[in-house]
Amino acid sequence: MAERSWSLGGALRGMFARQTIDETTWEDLEDAMIGADFGPDLTDAVVAELREKVARYRTDDPADLRRMLRETLEERLARLDPTLRLTARPAVVLVVGVNGVGKTTTIGKFAKFVTGYGRSVVVGAADTFRAAAVEQLATWAERGGAAIVRPQQQGQDPASVAFQTVERAMREGIDIAIIDTAGRLQTKSGLMDELGKIRRVIEKQTEIAEVLLVLDATTGQNGLAQAEAFIEHAGVTGLVLTKLDGSAKGGFVLAVQEKTGIPIKLVGQGEGIGDLTGFTPHVFVQQLVG
Amino acid sequence: MAAFGTLSDRLAETFRNLRTRGKLSAADVDGTVREIRRALLDADVALDVVKSFTGRVRERALGDEVSKALNPAQQVVQIVNEELVTILGGQSRRLQFAKTPPTVIMLAGLQGAGKTTLAGKLAKHLKSEGHTPLLVAADLQRPNAVNQLQVVGEQAGATVFAPEPGNGVGDPVRVAKDAIKYARDRVHDVVIVDTAGRLGIDAELMKQASNIRKAVDPDEVLFVIDAMIGQDAVATAKAFQEGVDFTGVVLSKLDGDARGGAALSVASVTGRPILFASTGESLDDFEPFHPDRMASRILDLGDILTLIEQAQKAFDEDEAKKVAEKFATDTFTLEDFLAQMQQLKNMGSIKGMLGMLPGAKGMREQLDNFDEREITRTEAIIQSMTPQERRTPKLLNGSRRLRIARGAGTTVTEVNALVNRFEQAAKMMKTVAKGGVPQVPGMGPIPGAGYAGKPKQQQAKKKSRSGNPAKRAAENAALAAGKPAGGSSGGGSGFGLGAAGAQNATPSEEELSALQRFLGR
Repeated sequence: MAERSWSLGGALRGMFARQTIDETTWEDLEDAMIGADFGPDLTDAVVAELREKVARYRTDDPADLRRMLRETLEERLARLDPTLRLTARPAVVLVVGVNGVGKTTTIGKFAKFVTGYGRSVVVGAADTFRAAAVEQLATWAERGGAAIVRPQQQGQDPASVAFQTVERAMREGIDIAIIDTAGRLQTKSGLMDELGKIRRVIEKQTEIAEVLLVLDATTGQNGLAQAEAFIEHAGVTGLVLTKLDGSAKGGFVLAVQEKTGIPIKLVGQGEGIGDLTGFTPHVFVQQLVG
Repeated sequence: MAAFGTLSDRLAETFRNLRTRGKLSAADVDGTVREIRRALLDADVALDVVKSFTGRVRERALGDEVSKALNPAQQVVQIVNEELVTILGGQSRRLQFAKTPPTVIMLAGLQGAGKTTLAGKLAKHLKSEGHTPLLVAADLQRPNAVNQLQVVGEQAGATVFAPEPGNGVGDPVRVAKDAIKYARDRVHDVVIVDTAGRLGIDAELMKQASNIRKAVDPDEVLFVIDAMIGQDAVATAKAFQEGVDFTGVVLSKLDGDARGGAALSVASVTGRPILFASTGESLDDFEPFHPDRMASRILDLGDILTLIEQAQKAFDEDEAKKVAEKFATDTFTLEDFLAQMQQLKNMGSIKGMLGMLPGAKGMREQLDNFDEREITRTEAIIQSMTPQERRTPKLLNGSRRLRIARGAGTTVTEVNALVNRFEQAAKMMKTVAKGGVPQVPGMGPIPGAGYAGKPKQQQAKKKSRSGNPAKRAAENAALAAGKPAGGSSGGGSGFGLGAAGAQNATPSEEELSALQRFLGR
């Protein structure tokens, strides 16, 4: 796992190979962090914190710095509780995000993830907008062993599909209802309002257990704008970071988590159905820093 | 992001203390370069690109052209803008068609970049230019990608070649190969091959993409990349360049608020031009890429040119002259008012247009609160009047107003408000048309009106005279936001810059006045 291609390892190796900590070390660290999409603000903050620590402990051993970096990032990531709360019955999970981040794929994997724990799942295809989104979800639902509620006609109001999904979960005593929504850019206020409507409609029947915002690891600093908009309109309770199997490092999620106070809950690392895991700061940082 | 203010604002801040000294020291320039670096990093431009870029800017900023300039901040931003445009490819390139049809266009990119949607948009675009595109479903990986392409193809009115069901079944290389033969047989002159999304580091899938490329020998390989992508853009672009050696880039999801620094990274690292920008979910949201506009966007300077272009598209010059004359002669009626409003609606979303103003991103909230339906409501009121009433609003007595309110499904108060607004507007327009400065009751001091005579009149002209309060508020806010930037003496400017930055594309006096007139509605 140490040589994960998305690890900062490569960028940091040169820096930790040196004998002592000097100015180039700091520059390399800064470059590596910016290159991992942490963003200039957070990078400055972390580097300043580390500089202070290094000065306090009077160390000039890069190995210490590496450990401190790991600790700092881990501490920052672990500030929030990443546990999914799915105790309600039915536990309704709403999945939101911009276009092409992997919402439908995530739902497929998530369905598999929870059926693996012996829970019954129904997915609602409330992405009635994009061509063939329903079929895509149906394929994933089948692979994940979940039931599916489809819209009765093309272009049906997504809120009504969501309603029917929850209704079916309640009627048939299904444990978990996962609702897929159409991808929408956070700048389209009409579409963002639609999310509010879906929420309201579901809440008429039962509480929503989790609203998961799916973020693509390749996203840059725009991820923060996405998160803020979705939190405002959809009441996001957790983040899902996808496409971590690529070369992108998704550092922006740390900024998102810190600025918004919404924890990262799940991590997706591939196109296989088993490639979704819970978020553990320790493992994440281990892979990132090496 | 807007939260940090625009680059020009920040630079103006940096330069504020320097005004009196008039000359820039190396330390001042370094401060400036740091700001630029930050702005570019915030816009997700890749670090390496930022470094070499700021290096060049620093060099030029220390040169004579800046230290001798009256306004160093503007001068520096202009340099930045020029350099950006240079990297982004100077001018837009068109698709290259094959000498002997079919022209083969292959699409490649990461998962979720928007390839399939783009295939549809491209097909529709080509169809509108008289081509007969064939869409090829060579994405056999993602569940129901084939299906999606079929639906998209149907919407675009293009034939779809999909011999394999997909979902992991079938060989995309074979499909692509067969497609060329199929296209030749059925006389399709363009073949668009949609391939599966793949990661840059997935050697196996990259090999497959390269095999598809070999099999079909495309005239264009378009690399589709999400405008929201971060630092990874470089690694990905390099991987795809090695893998499939793309000939051009398409930037997708530009309708979001990402600043799209990736465009700069990709263009700079690969040296390939950006051909198109994809700007929405409808198949028509597709346009040629304009480097100068993108530069402004990365710097958050607003997109005045697109705005003007859109305004001109919907704007009828003759009509405008007629209206101006009507104002002057006091024959402006509610009918004209209605016609104008409808013309305005033709231009599409007002929100979208306001968003293109420099600095407008900071006022998203106001934009969101602006209700487009307000126009429809006003329209309904006017349409509920008899032609005679529209021509002579003085006729409108109590009972007529009640009837109109009923007809429009609203209250008499609303009707009264509209008539009042119209009368005020007509009066104001008349003053303006005669060259005076209108007094706007109840609007408070005009922002920036403290300037001497000349800018004042301009400002007054630009002031929104919209028939409805929400729009008026939003437009005025937009003007207020845009104005300090554009003002003659205000530090780093948005308007001024956009114009200064792209010499050739500078909006002419005429265009600007067209814009002003449009905004003045």
